[in-house]
Amino acid sequence: MNIALKVWRQKNSQTPGKMVDYKLSDVSPDMSFLEMFDVLNEDLSHKGEEPVAFDHDCREGICGSCSMYINGRPHGPQTGTTTCQLHMRSFNDGDTIVVEPWRARAFPVIKDLVVDRDAFDRIVQAGGYVSVNTGSAPDANEILIPRETADEAMDAAQCIGCGACVAACKNASAMLFVAAKVSHLAVLPQGQAEHQMRAERMVAQMDAEGFGACSFTGACSVECPKSISLDHIARLNREYLGAKLTSNNA
Amino acid sequence: MLDVLEEKETGIKLESKIPEGPLAEKWARHKFNLKLVNPANKRKFEVIVVGTGLAGASAAAALAELGYNVKAFCFQDSPRRAHSIAAQGGINAAKNYQNDGDSIFRLFYDTIKGGDYRAREGNVHRLAEVSVNIIDQCVAQGVPFAREYGGALANRSFGGSQVSRTFYARGQTGQQLLLGAYSALSRQVANGKVKLFPRTEMLDLVIEGGKARGIITRNLITGKIESHSAHAVLLCTGGYGNVFYLSTNAMGSNVTAAWRAHKKGALFANPCFTQIHPTCIPVKGNYQSKLTLMSESLRNDGRVWVPKTKEIAEKVRKGEIKAKDIKEEDRDYFLERRYPSFGNLVPRDVASRNAKTVCDEGRGVAPTGLAVYLDFADAIKRDGKKVIEAKYGNLFEMYEKIVDDDPYETPMKIYPAVHYTMGGLWVDYNLMTNIPGLYALGEANFSDHGANRLGASALMQGLADGYFVIPYTLGDYLASIGSADKIATTHAAFKEAEQNVQNTITRMLSIKGEKTAEEFHRQLGHIMWEYCGMARNAEGLTKAKKMIQDLRREFWSNLRLSGSDLELNPALEQASRVADFIELGELMVDDALNRNESCGGHFREEYSTEDGEAKRDDENYTYVAAWQYKGPNQPEELHKEKLVFETVKLTQRSYK
Repeated sequence: MNIALKVWRQKNSQTPGKMVDYKLSDVSPDMSFLEMFDVLNEDLSHKGEEPVAFDHDCREGICGSCSMYINGRPHGPQTGTTTCQLHMRSFNDGDTIVVEPWRARAFPVIKDLVVDRDAFDRIVQAGGYVSVNTGSAPDANEILIPRETADEAMDAAQCIGCGACVAACKNASAMLFVAAKVSHLAVLPQGQAEHQMRAERMVAQMDAEGFGACSFTGACSVECPKSISLDHIARLNREYLGAKLTSNNA
Repeated sequence: MLDVLEEKETGIKLESKIPEGPLAEKWARHKFNLKLVNPANKRKFEVIVVGTGLAGASAAAALAELGYNVKAFCFQDSPRRAHSIAAQGGINAAKNYQNDGDSIFRLFYDTIKGGDYRAREGNVHRLAEVSVNIIDQCVAQGVPFAREYGGALANRSFGGSQVSRTFYARGQTGQQLLLGAYSALSRQVANGKVKLFPRTEMLDLVIEGGKARGIITRNLITGKIESHSAHAVLLCTGGYGNVFYLSTNAMGSNVTAAWRAHKKGALFANPCFTQIHPTCIPVKGNYQSKLTLMSESLRNDGRVWVPKTKEIAEKVRKGEIKAKDIKEEDRDYFLERRYPSFGNLVPRDVASRNAKTVCDEGRGVAPTGLAVYLDFADAIKRDGKKVIEAKYGNLFEMYEKIVDDDPYETPMKIYPAVHYTMGGLWVDYNLMTNIPGLYALGEANFSDHGANRLGASALMQGLADGYFVIPYTLGDYLASIGSADKIATTHAAFKEAEQNVQNTITRMLSIKGEKTAEEFHRQLGHIMWEYCGMARNAEGLTKAKKMIQDLRREFWSNLRLSGSDLELNPALEQASRVADFIELGELMVDDALNRNESCGGHFREEYSTEDGEAKRDDENYTYVAAWQYKGPNQPEELHKEKLVFETVKLTQRSYK
């Protein structure tokens, strides 16, 4: 396959970036999208040009590192797929592919296609956990959890923290990310003690990071590589409202 | 630094520090005998944790909960992305919830036997003991393990085991366990007890007065070289499978932290013990950047086979016929045939080697000749598509995404790939290396899996080390040195190490040769896979050693690297890691050459039975091979730790 690429190049966070054109021939349809970038980068290195920086690690769709905005869609055209799991067979010979980094105020560009997603870590630090010290847990089967509940928690807990939801949202809202964590812990008995505080604190941190408001459009869920459902946002709203009405937490 | 070298000259004594007493009481006794740090004094100690996978994140969280001040480092942009996240199948624990005969002793025994009697009894028994606490802890954190309809935890059996003791969260167990540890870590960041350093890579260990004092890091965004001092350093940096270039490891997984510690005096144990996982998606083309594992749990229901004859296989490879056109009597279910009692569930090394054998016979089924079938047709017929989908749906989906083939309709094609490394930094029972104050946890150490790791045991070991071992053993060391025993980052030892790191980087950037780090890495991988992979022999290993030495020389004279060091430069990161992989590769070959026996993942063709099974040599090789770095271009020195078996009787592993 012959592929034309338009790739966002930006030296660092202080320098303005621009789209740069590249051409690749002999692209195999069995290549993953990132392997196609590997080939491009080897070409660039041999020409004495600087390779394109992009985040990637596991290349199995689970670490959440990869973050390319491809032809106007986070992780490209295939649903339920991360960039690293996208293969060139999803494109046609002669295609022009536009590749940008995630665009959001809370995700500043570090270089080329690499963005800073530390805001997500800070949101989790605000309350995305059960406060249990090591060694103080009861026997694992002491609290029975219905299979449906465990499944529901797992559906939410699958979030890989890639940030595609933010990139997909016209408001750059992080609601689906926050909702996935709040919902995962809210449905489990272990998460009950802190459920209100958690919702309040995580939402407050999300706002402080500069993510936009949620208008329930649903692009986040459609683009989510783990297909996390909008139902979790509904649950977050319920948790948050309940917390605001009844708790004394700031 | 100097007095360490002197100590080396006089020879190193490897003390495993396995406590006295009956096996089942060793850990309890040891815990009682360990010194404690007064709760009010814990805040006076600083601990560096490098790596934030299961071992690192759990250690950092558990130590911070106790009151120590922790600095946690990872090269990824977030601690949640460490490669533990990709583990699929599950985590073992001797809960015996299934009433099927499991016990701590059985898990211990299976692990010792599975490791082909090349692990320490004491360590492995402790691992089995704390396995039950791990599950409790994870459930309390909100890890959504699979459950039965009644609400109790579900279990499944896993390769190499005849009881159901594996806990799992769909095909994403590693992810859920890591997110649990990451959440505990995040809580301690919020509490101010852990300071996180993401996108920061350890490039050297600082030793002064014979003790580990801190590390030198590179900020991967600014390129700045920095010093961090502490009372102890924990390396939780994972395995070195990427020495093979193609492996199931993440692209960034590397040996650099462990290797640089090795070059500062830490012994590297059993480097040739690498695990080749039988069920991976086969290699497609030369652009291939990594290999993807298909969980071993698939072997519970999938049947492994190839055509009986070369001729039929040839037709498959040419695309003239498909798997379903091959009649039942023309199929060879080779694992079931050779190992009737374990069948498709034989341990990983046995399954991998057999796949290689049938492919070497010309019966492989991919165009490359390197693949066997993993067939679910019978399971679907027996249980229905729905049941199979519930068990493996996400794995089948992943397979289809990569291969563009539907495993419900046509059998999967699989081939072994490098997956895990049992070798690693030598540690004693306290997880301390031979350098006081330097610890290694999880896959980064060598201690619990012997020559072969059983499925679902890596997650168990990472979390055991981090949650339930290091919080006890580290206190003993810290109590013995006292909080004043620390040096500032302004100390000459730090400045010298910083300068050395900077010099190496400058040197790499100044070569301006023709070959990229990627090309060197791929070339190294070919050598390792060909000569130090699933089957090894003295002739090949000797050849490989020479090839690796040549490659190293070429690397340092012909490396092509663009960009500068004072910016985000992934090519520079890669080059620095590949340089270390090349050196490690040579040591692996030395170790494989030294070990004139076949055991676990280490299969020497000269040492096999007539029907091709591994032949161990207990008389001469029941030891841990711990290698000491002696300087550039010097052969490493071998130290032996004799393995003592007080409880189990060494037998030839048989899965027939």
